[in-house]
Amino acid sequence: MSLSVQESKHIAKKIGRELSTTERQIIAAEWSEHCSYKSSKKHLRILPTTGRNVINEKGYDSGVLDVGDGYVVTVHIESHNHPSAVEPYGGAATGVGGVIRDILSAGTRPIAIFDGLRFGDIENDTHARWLFKNAVSGIADYGNCLGIPTIGGEVEFDECYKNYALVDVAAIGFGKKDKLIKNHANVGDLVVLIGGPTGRDGIGGSQFASDLLEGEDRSAVQIPDPFIEKLIIETILEARNEKCINAMKDLGGGGLSCAISETAESLGIGIELDVDNIHTREDGLSPDEIMISESQERMLIITEKKKLPKLNEICNKFRVSCSPIGYVKSDKMMHVRKGENTFALLPADFVANAPLLDRKKIMPKYLRHLKKENKNKKILDYSKTILKLLSSPNIASKHWVFHQYDHEVGIRTVVKPGFDASVLRLDNGKFLSVKIDGNPKHCYLNPRQGAIGCFEEACRNVVCTGANPIGMVDHLQFGNPEDPEIFWTFMESLEGLSDFAKFLRVPCVGGKVSFYNETPSGPIKPTPLIGVLGIIDKPPLVPVPPSNGDYLLIIGKTKDELGGSEYFEYIHKFIGGNCPTVDFKISKLNMITVLSLIKNNLIKCAHDCSKGGFAIALSELSINGNIGCSINIEKIPTIKNLSHEKILFSESHSRYLLVVDGKNITRVKQYLSKQKILFGVLGKFSGEQISVTHKSNNLVKSNVDVMRKRYFNGLEDLLKHG
Amino acid sequence: MKVGIVVFPGSNCDRDIFHVLTDVFDLEAEYFWHEKHLPSKIDAVILPGGFSYGDRLRAGVIAAHSPIISDVKNMAKKGVPVLGICNGFQILVESGLLPGVLLKNTTMNFMCKWINLIVQNNNTPFTNKLKQGQKISIPIANGEGRYFADKKTLQKLQEKNQIVFTYEESLNGSSLNIAGICNESGNVVGMMPHPERAAESEINPTDNKPSSLIFESLLKTAGIEK
Repeated sequence: MSLSVQESKHIAKKIGRELSTTERQIIAAEWSEHCSYKSSKKHLRILPTTGRNVINEKGYDSGVLDVGDGYVVTVHIESHNHPSAVEPYGGAATGVGGVIRDILSAGTRPIAIFDGLRFGDIENDTHARWLFKNAVSGIADYGNCLGIPTIGGEVEFDECYKNYALVDVAAIGFGKKDKLIKNHANVGDLVVLIGGPTGRDGIGGSQFASDLLEGEDRSAVQIPDPFIEKLIIETILEARNEKCINAMKDLGGGGLSCAISETAESLGIGIELDVDNIHTREDGLSPDEIMISESQERMLIITEKKKLPKLNEICNKFRVSCSPIGYVKSDKMMHVRKGENTFALLPADFVANAPLLDRKKIMPKYLRHLKKENKNKKILDYSKTILKLLSSPNIASKHWVFHQYDHEVGIRTVVKPGFDASVLRLDNGKFLSVKIDGNPKHCYLNPRQGAIGCFEEACRNVVCTGANPIGMVDHLQFGNPEDPEIFWTFMESLEGLSDFAKFLRVPCVGGKVSFYNETPSGPIKPTPLIGVLGIIDKPPLVPVPPSNGDYLLIIGKTKDELGGSEYFEYIHKFIGGNCPTVDFKISKLNMITVLSLIKNNLIKCAHDCSKGGFAIALSELSINGNIGCSINIEKIPTIKNLSHEKILFSESHSRYLLVVDGKNITRVKQYLSKQKILFGVLGKFSGEQISVTHKSNNLVKSNVDVMRKRYFNGLEDLLKHG
Repeated sequence: MKVGIVVFPGSNCDRDIFHVLTDVFDLEAEYFWHEKHLPSKIDAVILPGGFSYGDRLRAGVIAAHSPIISDVKNMAKKGVPVLGICNGFQILVESGLLPGVLLKNTTMNFMCKWINLIVQNNNTPFTNKLKQGQKISIPIANGEGRYFADKKTLQKLQEKNQIVFTYEESLNGSSLNIAGICNESGNVVGMMPHPERAAESEINPTDNKPSSLIFESLLKTAGIEK
């Protein structure tokens, strides 16, 4: 039970009597950091949440964007970190399940899953490898069975996640605007619980997630059953079509306690329920256990009495259990009975609104002690360095992961995984481009700029497909918020994101905060994860691999920003240096320019320049086209006197590589000059080698075939043979 | 021509195949829930992919005992074209309409990727527009896609020309690289790859023509030339 002394006092003062144990359990679940956002809620208000496309309705668990022609896209992001660190298969699988039900609860069909996975050093740590492999299997088995394609995401390994796991799942939904559930309820309506039986799994899961991970509390991890989830999806969508749903909420963290109190509070109603009416997995569950169980695959529905026979008929068709557990009252109370006996009777708004906290913040000491420059030995052969980076787990191809995910089901996937952003076709002829990005290495050095960088990178990826960003979701993952140094990093990231969102006019349509991400050796690096959604009216730019004679261009300036780069951290094992920063105006100008080039069909492919810097972005293009490229490094726009090492590996933002057909090169150059964009025509694709020269010196000379093998085998070899 | 799409609890490619039949190839199609009967006016039956009953026990085995399967068997006997895709193939095998079994891939993982098929038999209602030996680019997505049968059965499949598709390269450990087979009379076809995922150029990263021919073959069978 994790109610603080102050919280207990607050309860005594407001309620004026001793709480029953059930009431204490309900409040403890709902007031956990996980459910209540008590540390962050005040501050999250600075994020811009309104915009042209945003539809705001009460009680939605997902963001809703209007994509025109009577259609909407819904989006949500969540994590399942604590459970995945203990039981990666079940933890990751139920993470998918939870976010899918959030999409469903708006009345939309889930059409895509994205996942961001972060683990310890899998090259040397077999436990990290075990966690990673099982999390991937968990996501694959769950998503594949649902028939929802997992079409993108990212995978990153860093020492800071040793003995831990970050499993972030984002989901996209699609539906007709007039079929959205308009959450409402009338006195006398029935409260119905449908789906899997309530059992003893996931007891106190939200409190488990709101604490440091000290023991391995397996009973707090939920058990996945994707088959029931699939049946629930079809049941709910059919019930929606038959207008059987007045209001709906997913049972997630905090179980029934959270679903009942939050539904009652947001609709301004009271709910009375009898726990004896709830279908359970086993006999003898106490009211306390029933109220805080986080058994998966359950949905709460409010329906009219006369609609119950129809709802029952639909549930019977799919063999989904359906229990009317209570009804709607006007007294705004949450009333839990077992037969005649009352176990809890509390004002719903009191339960749903934990007292918010003012956390202290202070700049972390470590930031003052970071080294500015890497004093390691100079590298003489960059070709070898590039090969080493290409096969490193963070950069190597992730096909071992995404080939385990059905990314084609639903027949919407136009741009498949493995490129900059994935693109789905929508029923109104438009296309949706989505990418999620995080970068803990940058965020550790500079939580503000690092977070902005993740946001910009996700935008760049979406822009590379020709889509205009219209919304973002953020998932803010940090250590213990009671530590003022950690809270400072949270606030820095949040403020950075808010500033950039306001500047770009890209509203935040959803998100989540996850604190207490601590490993036995300390807090994780700040890990905000940003998802960006973009819309295109015409078919997207499906990247065409470069071919003989195509030109390579770069847009944007390369700066002295090796801090947090793969080059510093993987090659030199050095943490420090200048974290890349984003110049807002240039960022926007470059985005608009690339979009305009794509719109006018002037480029064959646009590729974001990020992890591993220019050298890796160029290698990826060459590998993709199976063709060499000869370039002159002096043509890359940089700040003054930038060393070769920095030009090759700096991870400066707002940069794009463009592949341009010879017939369009003059028009592209003219357009870029007119727009006053910093760019360079670097060379041409041809032959079998990548060659980077400075004057007459060869800096890089590498065979594409060798690079290709390293890039495709790097991660797979590691996982196949151990 | 009217195509019946059989839907089991856990089917998840039913809507995709419906879209391709109706929006892309202008055919009539109707869903049939596994507890219903198939009316005799149906001209072809498709068992779509998915995870019927969550692959519990073994992929396809519970669905193979659904009430609707006896109707499918009767129609198959009458010569009505029946196509099982992915989980649909697994169901056809489990119900005895096709010989052999589908086992876990030798990689032990689910595999979703674009691969090449080689047409071995162009004498079925779903392959009559294809050429013998023609190459088709098409995606697979399965965890239990390794076709297996004993030597005698394999020999019989070869003798009776029942191997419809093979993989261009060894992929998942399938006997004789088999990707799809048919019954002796050729009207019941099962295949692991997903033709509905390759029938439109918008979502097909390669040339879409050959896989569309699987549906165009069905049109030809129905006497509709496109």
